[in-house]
Amino acid sequence: MKDILRLLLALTLIAGIAGLILSQVETATREPIKEQRRLQMLKALSAVLPEYTNSPDTDTATLENGVDKKDRPIQVVFYRGRKAEQLVGTAFKVVAPDGYSGKIFIMVGVKPDGQIIGIEILTHAETPGLGSKITDALFKDQFKGKDLDNVDWRVKKDGGEFDQITGATISPRAIVGAVKKGLEFYREHKVEILAPQVIPAPQVVPAPQVVPAPKGGTK
Amino acid sequence: MNLMRDFSKGIWQENAVFKLLLGMCPVLAVTTSAENGLGMGLATTFVLVCSNIVVALMRKVIPSGVRIPAFIIIIATFVTVVQLCMEAWVYDLYLALGIFIPLIVVNCLILGRAEAFASKNPVSRSAADGLGMGLGFTLALFMLGAVREIFGSGAILGFDLFGPSYQPILLMILPPGAFITLGLLLALMSRMSRNGG
Repeated sequence: MKDILRLLLALTLIAGIAGLILSQVETATREPIKEQRRLQMLKALSAVLPEYTNSPDTDTATLENGVDKKDRPIQVVFYRGRKAEQLVGTAFKVVAPDGYSGKIFIMVGVKPDGQIIGIEILTHAETPGLGSKITDALFKDQFKGKDLDNVDWRVKKDGGEFDQITGATISPRAIVGAVKKGLEFYREHKVEILAPQVIPAPQVVPAPQVVPAPKGGTK
Repeated sequence: MNLMRDFSKGIWQENAVFKLLLGMCPVLAVTTSAENGLGMGLATTFVLVCSNIVVALMRKVIPSGVRIPAFIIIIATFVTVVQLCMEAWVYDLYLALGIFIPLIVVNCLILGRAEAFASKNPVSRSAADGLGMGLGFTLALFMLGAVREIFGSGAILGFDLFGPSYQPILLMILPPGAFITLGLLLALMSRMSRNGG
């Protein structure tokens, strides 16, 4: 009995100390990590947007696009880049659910008229050396300047105009499909996406921001 | 000196992958390229050295009845601390190694060394053991990754080797390639050690 108490005490103590250390480290790293994620986000945004002078990660419009498997609404965030108060481009994330292994997350940047400025692969788990070539500039650059009407949105193997990658047709096909869907969503909801920002109610806005008066803008 | 032997035995004589066959899950899963193998190996080495030191420091405090859960708590705490610190202050490294770090907790090599060595030996020897074992693990992962990358993508560390006419052997970077390569390397290793005496 006494022995069990001793073991219990020792393990509780060790777990307690471990918990204490972890909570301290978590507190110390929370802000830097948030900042790093923001910088990473801005890096992805500047890769797909033209030069901007505002901070697009806070100038956003959030729209709902259908529901997921659990009936929760899927939110799409549109990051708006402006130069001298003039909208120069909008960036948004699209998800290709039908990659070769797992989902592919893509950041797409479009001009106000819906033409693609550039795409950036955020995360993927495609086969290294084959599907992973979707991150090569050679593949990404072919999306530049494309819009819904000036190109056939299929890979060449399916009769379209996008180059697939040797040995990997599934990943490019998934990306082309996802980007196309994103463009369609953008075109349908352009008015709401480009409307002046209203204060997002539950969202945490880190920096104070000048909010233009909403004139019958988004819901 | 003993320290040197503690260090060097992990690299060859008792190599974690080729001789002890420990930690096979990350070995087979992440060695699709030489770079991945190197990254996983170095991250594991770092955690292994640190957990060995802490376990050796606390070896007289921890009652033997609860030593395994205690080791697991120490290792898991350490891995989480490393992950948080890397994400906060060396983000580029975190992006390169980040996906491997949670895998380190379940690597039985680390628990194995804590139990078999660090819990019975002083700090300096445990650190040497961890470093040797870790570097031996890194070496094995690098070799496996390099072989698979050369045949599977026709490249090494991202540099093209054979030019565009080379048709890569897709199988080598898919899971079966990991087993085939590991088997061939193991056969080669035991052949070499038999010849060497």
